[in-house]
Amino acid sequence: MFKKKAITLFSIFTMFLLVLAACSGSNESNGDNGSSTDNGSSAGSDDEQVTVDFMHLWPSGSAEQHNMIVGDIISDFESQNPNVKVETEVLSVEQYRERLQILASSNNLPDVGMTWAAGALEPFARGNQFAVIDDMLDVEFSETFIPGTVEAFSYNEQTYALPLELNIAPIYYNTEIFAEHGLDVPETFEEFKNVVQTLADNGVTPITVGNRDAWTGSLWYMYLADRIGGPDTLTNAINRTGTFEDPALIQAAEELQNLVEMNAFIRGFNGLSNDEAKGPFMNNQAAMYLMGSWELPNFTTNETVPQEFRDAIDFFKFPMVEGGQGDINSFVGGPGVGLFVAENSDVKDEAKAFLKFFVEEWGKRSVEDAGVIPATMVDTSTLDLPEMYIDVLDELNNASNITLYADVQMSSSVAQVHLNMIQALFGEQVTPEEFAERHEEALSSED
Amino acid sequence: MNKVMSNKFIIALYVFPALFLIMLLIYIPIALTGYYGLMKWDGIGEMTFIGLENYRRLITDGMFWTSVYHSFLLAVFSALSLVGYLVISLILAGKIKGANLLRKIYLIPMLLSSVAIAQLWLKIYHPTNGVLNSFLMSIGVDNPPAWLSDPKIVLFAIFIPIIWQYAGFYILIYYAALKNIPDSIIEAAKIDGATPFQIGYKIKLPLISNIIKITVVLAIVGSLKYFDLIYVMTGGGPNGASEVMASYMYKQAFGSYNFGYGSAIGFFLLLIILIVTWLIRKLTVSDEEIQY
Repeated sequence: MFKKKAITLFSIFTMFLLVLAACSGSNESNGDNGSSTDNGSSAGSDDEQVTVDFMHLWPSGSAEQHNMIVGDIISDFESQNPNVKVETEVLSVEQYRERLQILASSNNLPDVGMTWAAGALEPFARGNQFAVIDDMLDVEFSETFIPGTVEAFSYNEQTYALPLELNIAPIYYNTEIFAEHGLDVPETFEEFKNVVQTLADNGVTPITVGNRDAWTGSLWYMYLADRIGGPDTLTNAINRTGTFEDPALIQAAEELQNLVEMNAFIRGFNGLSNDEAKGPFMNNQAAMYLMGSWELPNFTTNETVPQEFRDAIDFFKFPMVEGGQGDINSFVGGPGVGLFVAENSDVKDEAKAFLKFFVEEWGKRSVEDAGVIPATMVDTSTLDLPEMYIDVLDELNNASNITLYADVQMSSSVAQVHLNMIQALFGEQVTPEEFAERHEEALSSED
Repeated sequence: MNKVMSNKFIIALYVFPALFLIMLLIYIPIALTGYYGLMKWDGIGEMTFIGLENYRRLITDGMFWTSVYHSFLLAVFSALSLVGYLVISLILAGKIKGANLLRKIYLIPMLLSSVAIAQLWLKIYHPTNGVLNSFLMSIGVDNPPAWLSDPKIVLFAIFIPIIWQYAGFYILIYYAALKNIPDSIIEAAKIDGATPFQIGYKIKLPLISNIIKITVVLAIVGSLKYFDLIYVMTGGGPNGASEVMASYMYKQAFGSYNFGYGSAIGFFLLLIILIVTWLIRKLTVSDEEIQY
């Protein structure tokens, strides 16, 4: 009896060991595959092997095309530089954000990684975690970037990262739902409210927004602030040359709550994540969705999305508010992620070479292969792009102003207050005046 | 054997590995947290010593006290739910048909990871396509609540999966304790003419009172430091309506880059838990050791 139990226990134990061995073994075999492709190439110096650790936030599940391009760029880089091996670690956005901070607090950042701009970059730059890479930006290289995008990644006039994407946020809408209810693209906010009213009266969700990730709701507030108060009011309030108690900003908050009152937004928006909220739009259940141009592939090239749906989606610019200071060609948007080199990387030279290679290759491939608008200049004439894509690129070129996302402009702790307040504003837990007051408190207590 | 155990050096040698790990993984981090709590630190750059400033801020931080209130509310609900578990265990241990199967069914939530449970309940609570609201709409409720976005409901909506999650664990503990009571005692009571209710209330419960005390401590301490489901399901939102101490600490440390302040919250949380544990033990001190 005892012997039988011992055998069972022993076999379970062996099983665990085998599972462990199998898991660690698979990594090794991957590595072998990688190096065997390296053998094909010849160029490059052949001194000792170095490994560049690279961390990015495009898992194959949620960002398939991005992930594939990254893989291609890495294998090209490795075959051109046989002595360098690039090891990747992939995490989804929220986990990535946290991991980056934990790694930074223990001085363990990967050699190359992704970061967000402005306020999100600041603590890393101040804490000397990212390397200053101004030396990489010779005239020729820096001219390939769209003006303003590199600056968003600088702190104290030094550049800490190079941008990969540039996005603007239009309102995507379902032309079929619009046609069904005889609606036209609204050009003024009054018309927009009529559209919302008609849809709501007919039992269609007018707008989907996943406000559990409150930056999505922040986009709505930012546009209203822009259309009512002009392009600088909100930016000034954040950089303390203005104030959140500006009548235009309070009016923007009021208009937002009017929309909530009209049931413009999907049921339970404050409990839905952005991904959850995207679902109803993708399933023809919601008519409009305000989101960054990084969603374009889902409406153009992504084969996993039904063709009929992709054909039915178009976009319009956030409508004008009567009597407002805003310009219809002003957008909320900005550079998305950029690449940094860690300050205490052992292989800085290789890491910088990889970064430069990545940015250049990304600029060439991302538009066509992934539908990403890179932060580097794109020559649209040589590319075969879906029409909606060219339209967005045109809007981008004609933009009179691009306001960087409010939560990125702010320091992290103020951003946290802002995001909470956005949820409260949408949920009608605060009045527009309280909304302004709390922002003022947070911003003034900062320094 | 006795000879080995009397050798001080050998004892130290045997104790050392466990002691080393416990110091490294538990006590040193606690000490460090206390230390960081005295600093102004964004978690990345340089620290500046600010003394008790973080704690001063803690006392005036309305958001923090809201989260304390929510944590204690959860603790009260978890403690109350123990009564339910106890009743279920008494029934299960009373040799009813299918007790074995039921016991296993109750245990299943324990086997799921918190993230899986969170995903499951997110689907249940989904405002339009969720199981719960679909059901409510099919029986004629026009406007079922949006469970996770209504600030008045969200906290209680989250308590339900938390309590459900641990049901199996406590039922298992109670069940094992009840099965440990010798049959002879029950038989004797029956011969003396005790009703099943009397057997349960007057004999079984006092005999497992030590176990009950332990589970009360476990439930309350576990609730006070609870984090996972809340983090995955609402992130503490909307606007802090479901924030608990641990999620607020996390938000401050990793969301707002206030590592120093986050550490202060963590240390405060530890103090609260120590005090509460001590109080419970003090209040439930037993007069006698039970022996079968």
